[in-house]
Amino acid sequence: MSDRDEVTERIALLLQRYNPGGLSIDVHTNLIADLRIDSVAAMDLIMEIEDSFGIEIPINLVPDLATFGDLISLVRDRLGPP
Amino acid sequence: MDIFDKHAHLAARHDKLVNLGADPFAVLVEVLNSPTEARVNGRKAILAGTNNYLGLTFDSACVAAAEAALRSHGTGTTGSRIANGTYEIHHALEQDLARFLRKRSCIVFTTGYQANLAMISGLVGPQDTIFIDSDCHASIYDGCRLACATLIRFRHNDPEDLDRRLARRSDTGGCKLVIVEGLYSMRGDVAPLRDFVEVKVRHRAWLLADEAHSLGVFGRHGRGLAEEQGVETEVDFVVGTFSKSLGAVGGFGASDHPKFDLLRYCARPYMFTASSSPANIASVRAALYRIESDPTLRKRLWTNAERLHAGLRALGFDPCASPGPIIALPLRSEASAARAWDLLRAVGIYVNLGLPPATPDGLCLLRCSVSAAHSTEQVDEICRGFRAVASLLEATPQIGPDKIA
Repeated sequence: MSDRDEVTERIALLLQRYNPGGLSIDVHTNLIADLRIDSVAAMDLIMEIEDSFGIEIPINLVPDLATFGDLISLVRDRLGPP
Repeated sequence: MDIFDKHAHLAARHDKLVNLGADPFAVLVEVLNSPTEARVNGRKAILAGTNNYLGLTFDSACVAAAEAALRSHGTGTTGSRIANGTYEIHHALEQDLARFLRKRSCIVFTTGYQANLAMISGLVGPQDTIFIDSDCHASIYDGCRLACATLIRFRHNDPEDLDRRLARRSDTGGCKLVIVEGLYSMRGDVAPLRDFVEVKVRHRAWLLADEAHSLGVFGRHGRGLAEEQGVETEVDFVVGTFSKSLGAVGGFGASDHPKFDLLRYCARPYMFTASSSPANIASVRAALYRIESDPTLRKRLWTNAERLHAGLRALGFDPCASPGPIIALPLRSEASAARAWDLLRAVGIYVNLGLPPATPDGLCLLRCSVSAAHSTEQVDEICRGFRAVASLLEATPQIGPDKIA
């Protein structure tokens, strides 16, 4: 498994708590429409991701997140070059 | 595409609530009999969800002051303080509040919501970083948006988590502002202000405490949680509201900072809005005097809070926090909370229905606010209403409510 795959898997694992229906998740999964993650839950998820990766994600960036793919891109961006 | 399509998911959630018999947006208060009794949607109700902690909305001195100001100053100011000038009565209230809070300066805002918008957007800018407790009120989040600063959220009431997040940004420029509340409106728990002060000092950050719910109810003199915990001078900025203990509408910010009054020239929610009606301001001045001169108000509030908290626990409920002016009971699902809320209304008890995303951690809450004006009989009547709820939830509401979903 490459580093990039590991990032995706870790985020997917954190996302499970917000996916009680066990929906199959891919990069196109919409966080609001498909997973019903509301604005407060989205900020809670970001906090968990911050702690898991030891990075900082300002809440200002949350409104730009629509899909699981957006979330992965954001975390990769905050992690910087491998 | 319809312009409202973007809100379809909210409309669906609202429809779901209505189908369960609960519509918090359709509560109509038809007649007010006192601070604690009203006719709500055709039914007589005890009010246990109005944040009227000291019950001063019908206080004779407050009403008389408002009446006198109405006659002497008219119904409204018809504009902002920048355009129309500051009425002497607004200036006097600012001096009263500064003296009461033992702060160098105080600025009055038209609503509590605007107080947070003005304070936060006036204090920080795009080059700064704000650290907010995750349970902070929506007005604080909106103030942060208006400020355009980098916004970092830390875990609720967790000074160690704040410490970690401040450390991550130790090498960034700009100022750092930490924002917490005194008494949190949903769970009814209080902030460990002394611990937050230690953290903010260590990181050379500023601290703003929103005492909206704690002013008038905490501290020996009613100055709030900072007084209660002995950290008034360490809290750099205090925000408060007139719409809770002070029984009116409006808000304020106060500070010892020598340049604090600069906010009058740079905080847009102060500059570009009409100032409060003189009658409103006069009633707040009278209410502040009542808080200062009558400590039995606070004593009655806390006696009632202890009694209601104990009564609810005896019924098997598990409040989110220790006894206080806000007593919030978690239920397991939206359906059970909505059904319980509707049942309470049917038996003449009005409380708040708290649902996500307005609540933290996805909590579904029945939220009570206690008043000094509640009689012992009313507190017991509220408990009787919750006994009916407990029966509905089969006495173990945290475990078995889904059976009514």
